[in-house]
Amino acid sequence: MPSVLLDQIAPAAPEVLLAVGSLVLLMIGAFRGNGATRLVAWLAVALLSLALYVVVDMPGETRVTFSGMFVTDRFGIFMKVLVLIGAIFAIPLSLDFARREGMERFELPVVMTLATVGMLMMISANDLISLYVGLELQSLSLYVLASFKRDSERATEAGLKYFVLGALSSGMLLYGASLIYGFTGSTAFPAIGAMLAQGTGGASIGLVIGIVFLVAGLAFKVSAVPFHMWTPDVYEGAPTPVTAFFAVAPKVAAMALFVRALVTPFGAIAGEWQQIIIFVAIASMVLGSVAAILQTNIKRLMAYSSIGHVGFALVGLAAANVQGVQGILIYMATYVAVNIGTFAVILSMRGPDGMMERIEDLAGLSRTRPLVAFVLAIFMFSLAGIPPMAGFFAKFYVFAAAIDAHLYALSVIGVLASVVGAYYYLRIVKIMYFDEPVVAFEPAPKGFAAVLAVSGVLTLGFVFVASPLVALAATAAKSLIPG
Amino acid sequence: MDLIAFIFYIFAAITVASGVMVIAARNPVHSVFFLILAFFNSAGLFVLLGAEFVAMILVIVYVGAVAVLFLFVVMMLDINFTELRQGFLQYLPVGALIGLVLFTELVLVVGSWTILPGASTAITAPASAAGTVAISNTHALGQLIYTHYAYPFQVAGLILLVAMIGAIVLTLRQRTGVRRQSIAAQIARTRATAIEVRQVKPGQGI
Repeated sequence: MPSVLLDQIAPAAPEVLLAVGSLVLLMIGAFRGNGATRLVAWLAVALLSLALYVVVDMPGETRVTFSGMFVTDRFGIFMKVLVLIGAIFAIPLSLDFARREGMERFELPVVMTLATVGMLMMISANDLISLYVGLELQSLSLYVLASFKRDSERATEAGLKYFVLGALSSGMLLYGASLIYGFTGSTAFPAIGAMLAQGTGGASIGLVIGIVFLVAGLAFKVSAVPFHMWTPDVYEGAPTPVTAFFAVAPKVAAMALFVRALVTPFGAIAGEWQQIIIFVAIASMVLGSVAAILQTNIKRLMAYSSIGHVGFALVGLAAANVQGVQGILIYMATYVAVNIGTFAVILSMRGPDGMMERIEDLAGLSRTRPLVAFVLAIFMFSLAGIPPMAGFFAKFYVFAAAIDAHLYALSVIGVLASVVGAYYYLRIVKIMYFDEPVVAFEPAPKGFAAVLAVSGVLTLGFVFVASPLVALAATAAKSLIPG
Repeated sequence: MDLIAFIFYIFAAITVASGVMVIAARNPVHSVFFLILAFFNSAGLFVLLGAEFVAMILVIVYVGAVAVLFLFVVMMLDINFTELRQGFLQYLPVGALIGLVLFTELVLVVGSWTILPGASTAITAPASAAGTVAISNTHALGQLIYTHYAYPFQVAGLILLVAMIGAIVLTLRQRTGVRRQSIAAQIARTRATAIEVRQVKPGQGI
């Protein structure tokens, strides 16, 4: 019965394609050696682009396969597109860095591809078991990537720290999952949701404790406060292209997983987890804004910035309605566009003595490289949420959803935190435009200009792409929360 | 007290006692041995539950592989464990607090636990569905894992692949100046390249 089998696999076509393709890449690398790194990397980009085409080409209706463990819907397709775009940009950005820093090994693009497979599986997870295996596939690949530059003490420390804390968070997640299974009798999200929807007395205390542990594990993966401690160290210690990858693709995937794992099974008892998400969102926004002020290393700064942005995106989840999910989708889309560009700039900060990572190194960039300074200024304005950049609209939709759900305190604190956060983004602009240049950067590798251009145009001209994106996000959100 | 309960209490008591000894033993090698004892007794508990497959896996994987690996690590790495233990007591209050919180949660969880009617008979019933031929646990697991759980099973394989790639990437070093075995060169040896005939005169060396 080949057609039946194909029907079963079809919803997971991009994942199967990427998994099999990465095995082929692994064989090419194993037989051709490290000399084939560039070939493997570009083949990986081609493979990911093919997967992107398959994802975009998928029919939009919700399809479930693998005994209900795997679901594709418009929400998943939207998030998968973002993850794949992040991965497609991260691999070529790593090539030049890898060659110069002596970590040019063919495993880098292969492990990145396998991590992407894990992320797609997380987005499509429809069961606590498939949630866990997808998450582990992604996490394990990321641990390896973090310490990929194995001769660097900082990279090794970053990888080890990430691994130990990640294992702890996986343990918490599993503990929560087992409690949820024990108190609902199922691991499948729709079955749990149906069971809770027909119940009358709300959630039992055991189920609530299970949800708390699940949320704690997931909050670690999106690096939300109070589970954020690893983020600055890992971002700083990991090789910069890997940091760029970390900041974009896994964040989107973990956020998608976070939303689906709370909304589908526990939508009926939203009151039980909303307060946790509100606390996590407020704490992340405030800490991300305040702690970043003292940073001198730009990678650490981006780490705190990403903590803050996760907080803003979680505001949409705290609203627990269609508008909130739509806001998260728009937020993640702009986040990906801006972060790819910002990290392309950070990767081009190469002075005579190697990579420069201090914020002061950007001094006078407006005179040495006016165009790059201009684009980075656009990104900073967008991250700060200043109109008419992309970041403003993202924050607007998230907070509109929160006000719709009558979460006024959360919205006020969020807006205040974003004002505080604007300080350090604008400080970078000030350093670039008003300080005296100290060092001149080497010319950026080929292709960086294209990445910057695409990312900058999308950020600056977001108004023009906004309406189709918002409409897409709306249908995607409706596929997750029907009615 | 019937025999099953008696055996259960023996296994459970030894498991808990050896669990305490794992962290209390002074000699790390003894700690590992107590860990193995704990594994064996947990396997006994699983047999009592009728989960003989899990019991055997516990013995094979944990005792056979994991514990032996621990033993190797403990014996081969010269770690001064008494030094590591210093300052152990200063973390006791924090640890006790976390333990207390977890314990309270567990009590709350167990307190709110309601057992589905009929669940207790379902647990003790054999794995096969009613009306069909009786099959063993292993058989039933095999039927499930390659059908219903084929997807997580495959992904678990991918995770192991990533672990293998990671271990190689992070630890394998290409050393220079190592004399490797070259099978092609060994096979290509002929009598002419291997043997040299010399005339040795009496009373002299070569």
